[in-house]
Amino acid sequence: MNATTTDTHHDDHHDHGPAPGLMRWVTTTNHKDIGTLYLWFSLIMFFIGGAMALVIRTELFQPGLQVVDPQFFNTMTTMHALIMIFGVVMPAFVGLANWMLPIMIGAPDMALPRMNNWSFWILPFGFSMMLSTLFMEGGGPASGWTLYPPLSLQTGEAFPFLIFSIHILGISSIMGAINIVATIQNLRAPGMSYMKMPLFVWTWFITAYLLIAVMPVLAGAVTMLLTDKYFGTAFFTAGGGGDPVMFQHIFWFFGHPEVYILILPSFGVVSEIIPTFARKKLFGYASMVYATGSIAFLSFIVWAHHMFTVGMPLSGELFFMFATMLIAVPTGVKVFNWVATMWRGAMTFETPMLFALGFVIMFTIGGFSGVMLALAPVDFQYHDTYFVVAHFHYVLVPGSIFAIIAAVYYWIPKWTGNMYDEKWGKIHFWTSTIFVNLLFFPMHFVGLAGMPRRIPDYAVQFADFNAIATVGAFGFGFAQLIFVYVVFKCVRGGEKVTDQVWEGAEGLEWTLSSPPPYHSFTDQPVVK
Amino acid sequence: MSGIRPRRNRRGVALLFLAPVLMFGFGYLMVPIYNIFCEITGLNGKTGVVSVSEVEGMAVDEERMIKVEFTGSLNQYAPWDFAPSQASMMVHPGRQYSTSYVATNRLDQALVGQAVPSVSPGRAASYFSKTECFCFTRQPFDAGESRDMPLIFIVDPDLPRDVDTVTLSYTFFDVTELSAN
Repeated sequence: MNATTTDTHHDDHHDHGPAPGLMRWVTTTNHKDIGTLYLWFSLIMFFIGGAMALVIRTELFQPGLQVVDPQFFNTMTTMHALIMIFGVVMPAFVGLANWMLPIMIGAPDMALPRMNNWSFWILPFGFSMMLSTLFMEGGGPASGWTLYPPLSLQTGEAFPFLIFSIHILGISSIMGAINIVATIQNLRAPGMSYMKMPLFVWTWFITAYLLIAVMPVLAGAVTMLLTDKYFGTAFFTAGGGGDPVMFQHIFWFFGHPEVYILILPSFGVVSEIIPTFARKKLFGYASMVYATGSIAFLSFIVWAHHMFTVGMPLSGELFFMFATMLIAVPTGVKVFNWVATMWRGAMTFETPMLFALGFVIMFTIGGFSGVMLALAPVDFQYHDTYFVVAHFHYVLVPGSIFAIIAAVYYWIPKWTGNMYDEKWGKIHFWTSTIFVNLLFFPMHFVGLAGMPRRIPDYAVQFADFNAIATVGAFGFGFAQLIFVYVVFKCVRGGEKVTDQVWEGAEGLEWTLSSPPPYHSFTDQPVVK
Repeated sequence: MSGIRPRRNRRGVALLFLAPVLMFGFGYLMVPIYNIFCEITGLNGKTGVVSVSEVEGMAVDEERMIKVEFTGSLNQYAPWDFAPSQASMMVHPGRQYSTSYVATNRLDQALVGQAVPSVSPGRAASYFSKTECFCFTRQPFDAGESRDMPLIFIVDPDLPRDVDTVTLSYTFFDVTELSAN
């Protein structure tokens, strides 16, 4: 593989550098530029969504109503979720996919570069529209991100703006997913067979199919809400012959695959990082691929475990309970493989590895509480309590978010050509890990004791744990400023890195120079 | 690149675009699927409707007595009074009975109401059928009007043996806006 020489081949009729000025970013069709845009966008949204989380935690610091009124509190929980899901985790992974997929499979760019530009640039408009609802008469949406009717139908003027912004975000991610599928299917370098693809590529390949399958269903569900409110249909209005429970079925038919959309690329990231720093090949590559596929398949037949309490026949509860618990098997295979990869490896603990290890341990905690929630009889106790909040935050924050941060630390030397500040990276990891547990672990206890979610006030016996969680929230939030500092410092300069960057790193992306040329792999590399 | 690849790619991309369109349709398809599923399983307490000829074919089970309870409630704050005319009655499976609900519009303007039934326990729902019910249609009320709304029902003799009480609950919805559309 002599891919590093690609930047020295010049065709006269080809533009080889980025266009100067700001318009470069608006009109770009370059996968690296678009990846960068996605990543910056999600970083900004991370702080907006995080600020909303801090409003929530400030109100919950003490029992009683102190800071915000309940309506605004509910708006915060709703917007925090929508932003973190659609504005942070999904764009961050699409950004990583844009940056890494082409250079991991030896492609010159994404398959549909112009559409790639669109799929990013409609996002800021979608989110401007969504955030603008905060300033509207009647306030922003306050029904929870799940938008259950009839409550969500009582949203004020914000409602159509919310629905249209969800449409835009959906279109953006569907276009991104189509692009990823087209790239992986058509632009792999000669010799890069499916079973030789890096796992990050594999997990994104499957995630992209999930996106194509379920984002349109969400679009359909919110369109039904829209017509119910403004055009006299009665999909979910019981008075007109509809059924509000049906919304929950349609929503979670989208919603459950969605949670795997948020986590599968993290599995890919971690499966790249652990072998590098354990200096061993990934244990059980094929089983990782099949496990990812099984999780994706199972995600379509478990949706009703989100709604055990709506009044389902016993047979339905049993089916969804067992199907859900079945997901623990392929997920367990993955965790086992990560541990086995590290077994007797020559491990070092640079920041990406620390975040990946934190991911494995804390994601597993979230996975276990997931199995607890899957048990229909006990779910009646846990439903809509802080136990659920603790569960999905464990899989999303020290899960997905840690994996995204790990990926940034892992690949940023490749992107910039500069090594990040290892000392501050480690400080970032340890502060994040300590505070994230301080933040979310006590939620298990108050949840089991019966504290309901999405309510701004609580009984006094929950006061201590809530105060601890709030301290953790502020600690975790401010710890992320370290991340911003490290990223800025790395972008501006630092110790130059080699092409391979990490001693144990393997794969096509490490054969390119650091930073890679603006147009890489214009001559196809050959994979043996 | 040969001439074949771009054409194949274009087809592939077209398929990729078609998939979300189809899935959008599938979202809507879930509505009838859900309704049929509920009808078959009696999920959500959706009650059955039977024709008069079916009723005549049913054998009356004189030995068995089922208690049927009636409740009525309003969905949202609305200026209605809505209640069953009798709280419960003892019935034989296979025989038709009639009762009624009383609704009063306390507002000085016309309103339209719609009652939505639900039967509990859920597994009894498919055995509880109505030959005539005010819930089949929207009920217009003049200002201040009060009216007895009839209900004729029958409990299927195949009702599981361990069910001895069936509760029929109606929620009354103000659909004045919906019917204006």
